[in-house]
Amino acid sequence: MSQTASQPNRLAQGGQVDRTQALTFTFNGHTYTGHPGDTLASALLANGVDLVNRSFKYSRPRGIVASGAEEPNAVVQLGATEATQVPNVRATQQALYDGLVARSTNGWPDAQRDIMRWIGKLGSPFMPPGFYYKTFMAPASMWMTYEKFIRKTAGLGRSPTQSDPDIYDHMHRHCDMLIVGAGPAGLSAALTAARAGARVILADEQEAMGGSLLDTRETLDDQPAAQWLKTTLAALAEHDNVTLLPRTTAHGYHDHHFVTLHERRTEHLGDSAPSKAGYRQPRSRLHRVRAGQVILATGAHERPLVYANNDVPGNLLAGAVSTYIRRYGVVPGEKMVLSTSNDHAYRAALDWQEAGREVVAIVDARTAPQGDLVAQAKAAGIRVITGSAVLEAKGAQRVSAARVAAIDVDAFRVTGKVETLECDTIASSGGYSPVIHLASHTGARPVWSDAIIGFVPSTVAGVAASGGARGVYPLDEVLADGVEAGVNAATALGFDVTVDDADLPQVASRHEGPVCALFQVPHEKATLRAPKQFVDLQNDVTASAIEVATLEGFESIEHVKRYTAMGFGTDQGKLGNINGMAVTARCLGQSIPETGTTVFRPNYTPVTFGAVVGRHCRELFDPERYTPMQAWHVARGAEFEDVGQWKRPWYYPRKRADGGLESIGEAVARECRAVREGVGILDASTLGKIDIQGPDAREFLGRIYTNKWQKLAPGRVRYGLMCGDDGMVMDDGTTSCLAENHFLMTTTTGNAAPVLEWLELWHQTEWPELDVYFNSVTDHWATMTVTGPEARKLLTDLTDIDLDREAFKFMDWREGHVAGVPARVFRISFTGELAFEINVQAHYAMHVWEALFARGEAFDLTPYGTETMHVLRAEKGFIIVGQDTDGSVTPEDLGMHWAIGYDKPFPWVGKRALTRADTRREGRKQLVGLKPKDASVVLEEGAQIVFEPNHAIPMPMVGHVTSSYYSPTLESGFALAVVKGGHQRMGESVYLPMVDGRVHEAEIVSTQFVDPKGERQHV
Amino acid sequence: MFHIYCPYCEELREEEEFHPKGQAHIARPEEPDTCSDEEWGDYLFFRDNPRGIHHEMWLHAVGCRKFFNITRNTVSYEILETYKMGEQPTITAEHLAREEKNAREEKTNNAQVAEGGQQTVGASDAAVASVKGAQA
Amino acid sequence: MSNSVHVYDARTDHATVTAESPLAYSFQRSGMPAPGDASGEESRAVIGERAFLGHLILRGGAIVLDEALREVLGIGLPGRPNSLTVDADGQRSVQWLSPDEWLLIVPGDETFGLETRLRAHLGGAHVAIVDVSAGQTLIELSGEAAHEVLMKSTVYDVDPHTFTVGKGVTTLFAKTSVILRRPDASRWELIVRRSFADYVYRWLLDAGEEYGIGVARESRHEPQ
Repeated sequence: MSQTASQPNRLAQGGQVDRTQALTFTFNGHTYTGHPGDTLASALLANGVDLVNRSFKYSRPRGIVASGAEEPNAVVQLGATEATQVPNVRATQQALYDGLVARSTNGWPDAQRDIMRWIGKLGSPFMPPGFYYKTFMAPASMWMTYEKFIRKTAGLGRSPTQSDPDIYDHMHRHCDMLIVGAGPAGLSAALTAARAGARVILADEQEAMGGSLLDTRETLDDQPAAQWLKTTLAALAEHDNVTLLPRTTAHGYHDHHFVTLHERRTEHLGDSAPSKAGYRQPRSRLHRVRAGQVILATGAHERPLVYANNDVPGNLLAGAVSTYIRRYGVVPGEKMVLSTSNDHAYRAALDWQEAGREVVAIVDARTAPQGDLVAQAKAAGIRVITGSAVLEAKGAQRVSAARVAAIDVDAFRVTGKVETLECDTIASSGGYSPVIHLASHTGARPVWSDAIIGFVPSTVAGVAASGGARGVYPLDEVLADGVEAGVNAATALGFDVTVDDADLPQVASRHEGPVCALFQVPHEKATLRAPKQFVDLQNDVTASAIEVATLEGFESIEHVKRYTAMGFGTDQGKLGNINGMAVTARCLGQSIPETGTTVFRPNYTPVTFGAVVGRHCRELFDPERYTPMQAWHVARGAEFEDVGQWKRPWYYPRKRADGGLESIGEAVARECRAVREGVGILDASTLGKIDIQGPDAREFLGRIYTNKWQKLAPGRVRYGLMCGDDGMVMDDGTTSCLAENHFLMTTTTGNAAPVLEWLELWHQTEWPELDVYFNSVTDHWATMTVTGPEARKLLTDLTDIDLDREAFKFMDWREGHVAGVPARVFRISFTGELAFEINVQAHYAMHVWEALFARGEAFDLTPYGTETMHVLRAEKGFIIVGQDTDGSVTPEDLGMHWAIGYDKPFPWVGKRALTRADTRREGRKQLVGLKPKDASVVLEEGAQIVFEPNHAIPMPMVGHVTSSYYSPTLESGFALAVVKGGHQRMGESVYLPMVDGRVHEAEIVSTQFVDPKGERQHV
Repeated sequence: MFHIYCPYCEELREEEEFHPKGQAHIARPEEPDTCSDEEWGDYLFFRDNPRGIHHEMWLHAVGCRKFFNITRNTVSYEILETYKMGEQPTITAEHLAREEKNAREEKTNNAQVAEGGQQTVGASDAAVASVKGAQA
Repeated sequence: MSNSVHVYDARTDHATVTAESPLAYSFQRSGMPAPGDASGEESRAVIGERAFLGHLILRGGAIVLDEALREVLGIGLPGRPNSLTVDADGQRSVQWLSPDEWLLIVPGDETFGLETRLRAHLGGAHVAIVDVSAGQTLIELSGEAAHEVLMKSTVYDVDPHTFTVGKGVTTLFAKTSVILRRPDASRWELIVRRSFADYVYRWLLDAGEEYGIGVARESRHEPQ
């Protein structure tokens, strides 16, 4: 076969690439061409690019080793623009597209001319295992400096500094059967399940479905495998109970068969997702799948052999060689030596030779290999050297020769004379490791199988591994195993399954000889002295490093892993882990199962953050809850404050005379004055509202609140305090008696849902005998608080309710109309002024709100926000639960003895705890007012309080400021605070040392700063 | 991410719809005023942390808003049963331990023994038997 | 009717009082993309608000409520959890929300009369009836990709083969909750809390973008 001129390693024919179209791409600044159907890796190999990266620790040149997810070296930074940068992309899994731009992840500043080389040259004496721990830990203060340098060189890729132009999303899926992997096992399982009628999802991580069928030499029904594959995929697509998800990696297996799949929808099309019919489409999608049964048909990863200099470019996996030749029409070299421990790898030599290149020799560790492929190789005239292995690769930037000798596998030594074979490629195969990562996520422990020389997953209910994933390798057996897995899973789900063996394609059975257990190849020199024998290529972990770890006393595989960093790369050690365990086992003189394996955790391959976040970003990051008056607030230029998920007007800055906007201080002072002197209005719709109905409603209230409810008459309102059974205040609010068996409870904005849940908890678990129902009506009612001395005058013309101070007293509620809308009006006050809380159905809220403003013009009705509300309530000593309390404050601590009904007959929630010694002791932190000596000072909320400012540090801290504001009414700063024994310390001074060295002095005063007798709200 | 059978909705629902509310079958003493401080502290603060069978209260918060109980294996995370408020579990640590013991005695070639025994703490038979009030 | 409960007569004179649906602000702020694109391609997902309906929460024992409903409304409670009963002309429905809770949806102008008649019929039985009409709204979703829009939004299984007509559940929707139901084969209904309605609306427009989602104009009902 000949090759195309521009791509020296591209065969003229063969493979599944479209040679009629050329795709241009850039790697490390050089421009190359490839074809549709290529991966970035196959295109790089086609162009003869040997060097794709520098290694992590030693900065050694590295080339492409594998052809799939297990690739440790060809990990690239992708993206033509800053905004489209994607780190840690495996070139073997990235489809080629026109205009693709990639760079080496490692090898700053450049993979070709790397200034880090000197470290690699000077080499291991400077970077032993445990290198970070030993070298960079002292002095500790220097770690940040070291880290910056290490991170830059360590090749973890980098995230873009600009905003991602793409969108990502999530999809929730439910199925009877999830099948991971669309190779022969997965396909036959899917077909079986689909025919049984099960809802099936078949996901496969590759660009094309088919797995090993995409490059096998074998035939199905005497046809090339591609033919059966095509027919089968078409048959599956016919079933509307089957969802096929190509380019989709199952990366995490969570509890109860919840599996997350990452579907790369447009990564093969370009840097950024192209729009489709004028609409944006997600670049990738996270599928959150809940499955009844899961079949893991994830196949097996080939294990490389561990020999000296096995990292020089030109060392590849045998199977990858076959894949590149058969699937991509790329033959990555001229002269190849194959080093193997098994028959299956022989196909690499056969494929190589059929591609028209030279196979120098097959070096087989087995003394008498026998099997159909061995015979085929011999018949093809290929030299087979038995009982031997490649000990060492020669070459710096590319393999130049292989040193080969006879070895004794069991004694771990070289027994023959070394022969040097000139070659540019060494393919190796040490057998196969079932891909058990997902099974491990479920908690299944890997079980060693001597038969296949690998770990297979243990059994977990509802999960079955099939085919290569459980060590079944011959194609005919794999197909049958898939059917069996499909039948078992479908049967477990209750489907009737009939299987006709005739459905299975005919595969010529092939004899394979036994495999030999070879992991690390012995060298003439001891491991510690031999040239580097790499176990984990991505993290630069060598056999000698593992030996050092065991010599230093690390015996647990988990410790060896952490000490050497084996398996900690973005590839999670897919190629190296088993070899690492084998080396550890050898060093410790024990078997691999005795050594055990490390645990694989999600994610199987890296998942882009975009897919994790989905559409929960930017303006959809978190729900924004609006009151029915939101449009008005926005139109009036309100600044908003987040209260839970609610957007609440914080203050309404007006234009100043000079044209600028008021500051928050100016706006709040104006709003405060309006309420104290005229009339203001607050949108209080966010308050939680709970409708309570039932003959036992009153009894229930008495048990859940600290105060008494027996005598609250219809038409009346009462303030209530709610405690946990630990006696600590958890919420407060007013509750109105609407009728004998009907109450309306209000809660703080943030506690609406928790309080409803709290009521349900007690009703459902402790007092189900009480006849009462609770329902949230928070969103049904809009609440507007009209407050200030002019409130009554403003409302008089707008309502049919008699507002006379005797007819409608403080803490009464009345029914009537406001602005023509049916309303409930509550005469309660959170400002200390005359106040009416108007509740109307939310549909009519804007109508009423605007009517109030139309009428309010005459009174300069001033809208005020949460900041003014806070100042006004604090001036009156009204607490805000969660601000003035923190879960350690009792009603007594708040000075609210009047709200505790110790003599109520039922042991209400919180009562018992209030008689404990600790809640009764003197010196508890108690809520008081603080008046700074300097009226211009506004104390910091959270500031610590001391009694003795000259005390040596550490000073005993006796409390802290909970609320603090400037009061335009008092023309002074003022605060609420908790102070030890504060109720007995009225008039005393306390001190607040600040970070800047100043110490504020403040006087302990009553919490009621304005109108302490409470007369104004009664007018 | 658990898949939880709500005994009121009578179907399996995603964990995100539920809130865990801690150990189940913690009944409030009927006479709090006569409890010692220690008894009251036990009721308020002290909970079991068994390796194995645990009875937990959950709330189907985004769903039917009902509280119910789950018997769960804290090692395997397997949910063995769910049952309504006021009902008793049919699977307890003691009952499983008995079954395990019987199985071991029957088995002559017991090469495989379940990893780790079930701890008999938490809402065991004894604890369940002592439950009083509304949940009994 | 017993006066142990305060029944609120919310009937309002719509000649003088304007009402705003929960999505009024959203339509104004986020716009209402028309269904179908310029090339005449049909939207694969269409949403619309059915505003100003009467929403009543019924709490109580199934037997007494079922009897009262049959008498007053002519339809009974659904027999199974997570299911829905719809009357003959599709205007009135009752949905199971929990073992002692149902959602009754009727034309808005029937709400007060219905509550009054139900209470009269139920006499002294321990039940609760709560008007939540203004606290939530109903969004209809239809089109061939409707269930895909839902798959992006809710953890509940919305495969039309398993979420059959007559089913209704309370479940998660993005980061809030909705009541989701399928009154007939042609459409889904989402019942959304008023304060979350804007979030749900923006989420739907976003999730439906790739299906050319549009908003049905006729959905801007005036109150009855």
